[in-house]
Amino acid sequence: MSRRSTGRRHPLATVALILIGLMSTGGAYALLSTTASAESSTENSQAAAEGQKIFAANCATCHGMNAAGTEAGPSLYGVGAASVDFQMGTGRMPLAYQGPQGAEKPPQFTQEQIDAVAAYISSLAPGPAVPAEKWLDGSGDVASGLELFRINCAMCHNIAGAGGALTEGKYAPSLQGVEAKYIYEAMVTGPQNMPVFSDLNLTPQDKADIISYLKFQETHANGVAGVDLGGLGPVAEGLFIWIFGLGAIIGVTIWITARPN
Amino acid sequence: MAKKDSGNAESELATKNRPDLSAGTAVIASEVFQNPGMPPHHPRATDLDPKKEKVAARRVGGLFLFSILASVFAIVAYVIFPITPGDLSSVRLNNLFLGVGISLALLAIGIAAIYWAKNLMKDGEWSEPRHPTRGSEDTRAAAAEVFRLGNEESGFGRRTLIRRSLIGAVAVAPLPAVVMLRDLAPAANPAELMSKTIWAKGVRLTRDPDGTPIKASDVTVGSVFHVIPENLEDSEHKLEEKAKAAVILLRLDPQDMHVSAERKDWNYQGIVAYSKICTHVGCPVALAEQHTHHLLCPCHQSQFDISHEAKVIFGPAKRPLPQLPISVDADGYLVAQSDFHEPVGPSFWERP
Repeated sequence: MSRRSTGRRHPLATVALILIGLMSTGGAYALLSTTASAESSTENSQAAAEGQKIFAANCATCHGMNAAGTEAGPSLYGVGAASVDFQMGTGRMPLAYQGPQGAEKPPQFTQEQIDAVAAYISSLAPGPAVPAEKWLDGSGDVASGLELFRINCAMCHNIAGAGGALTEGKYAPSLQGVEAKYIYEAMVTGPQNMPVFSDLNLTPQDKADIISYLKFQETHANGVAGVDLGGLGPVAEGLFIWIFGLGAIIGVTIWITARPN
Repeated sequence: MAKKDSGNAESELATKNRPDLSAGTAVIASEVFQNPGMPPHHPRATDLDPKKEKVAARRVGGLFLFSILASVFAIVAYVIFPITPGDLSSVRLNNLFLGVGISLALLAIGIAAIYWAKNLMKDGEWSEPRHPTRGSEDTRAAAAEVFRLGNEESGFGRRTLIRRSLIGAVAVAPLPAVVMLRDLAPAANPAELMSKTIWAKGVRLTRDPDGTPIKASDVTVGSVFHVIPENLEDSEHKLEEKAKAAVILLRLDPQDMHVSAERKDWNYQGIVAYSKICTHVGCPVALAEQHTHHLLCPCHQSQFDISHEAKVIFGPAKRPLPQLPISVDADGYLVAQSDFHEPVGPSFWERP
């Protein structure tokens, strides 16, 4: 039997071979992936360390050295990278002054610095991340976006996204020309007095639809009926027609009845 | 018929020559307003200067010609900018240029006609006395004769049965129309309709518009959900029912809430549901502020404080928004405990 099998593989050879193969691939994968995750986590912690410095120098006055909040500013535990990216990316933070509402202004930091602070804040406690690119390209269902916008957003932001007044000096800002990323982040984090529309309320696809509606409106609808007078609805339009429309009618009536010289 | 500059004399006659008429109980002012008559006639520039007359005539002709051009422009624009189905901007261009052409054409005709009348047509002040409305004696006698003959031939005055039944029939004929006015009122008792919604014990709270049920765990602190009842889809008059049953669902930090004893069980871990219909005139109150817990009505600026059971803190609304008592069913979905405990929306006569 042993002679007959000379030159052939031992019966256990296949098993051994499979074992060796599995172990080597598994080991190599484990080794590679640990190095990879180690790399990314060092990158992350480097960014977070950088972010902590920026935070300490610019944000800690109000939010506290550990971002736990003070009387002047809320705790940032769990607000997530999305919130940091929105607040700093639109220039709302750092605040210029304490008031009813932080206004949009040119951002004070580069996107890299903002990402570093975002990494630092999200290293403290988990929170919503910066949205994936696929939700932001405006390829969602525009009609469904309009319906969701009408039900959830239009009462404050106006059906054309032109914005509107709230109580005691607060306001819902205009959404026209706002980057898709920031619209998404605002929905998911609920900045300032805006309510939160988490993924359990409006799914990422719903949010993508709403963004698609707003972007469609920007590219297709603006200026359809000439000057939109700010898109603010009956107040601006009524004022215009009362002053200029009735003014013209009165002018013509006077001209009809006036005696020629 | 018109007599030039005769108004003055006529009206003097009218005020002075009737001393025989009794004033009755009317109060007559002692100083009757005197008709000042026509102002003195001023000739126009076009009457005096033939050159100016020519210019004015040319202007009128020019405007009519311009109107022709504008009409032609409208036709050309209609051809140049056709409506492509599905392309909104083509409709915009088509309507814009077509409309501009037509309106300029009509406007030019109108302006030209007025300019013509003002500057070139015969000038002068006119008054036209009214025609007397009373007919001549002959006409009146003929008319009376027609009536008399008609009465005699038909027997209208003589045949009392026919006359009275005819009057009765004509008087009763409009009554069906009067009865039909009943349909202007709702078929059922409106007070009852307005006092109840389709919320009931165990009805799930679902998302507007897709009707998916909401788990209590879906509603994170600071969230706002716009809610319709689960049974809305099955109801006969969907819009009417939605108009009464629309609800806004919010989750507050339970520490921020001031709950009265009898409403202790109406919220679920800080999740509260309030009627979205303003108690002032019924606009949807949906402008929610996350940190101040204010709800603002966009129509007349009524403000409700959700942390104080939707108490009115500003504006014309007189009552807080009705609260919908909620709890959670066995599967973790939010359900209503009952209907609202008071009628939603604005006041009505029969409201208790």
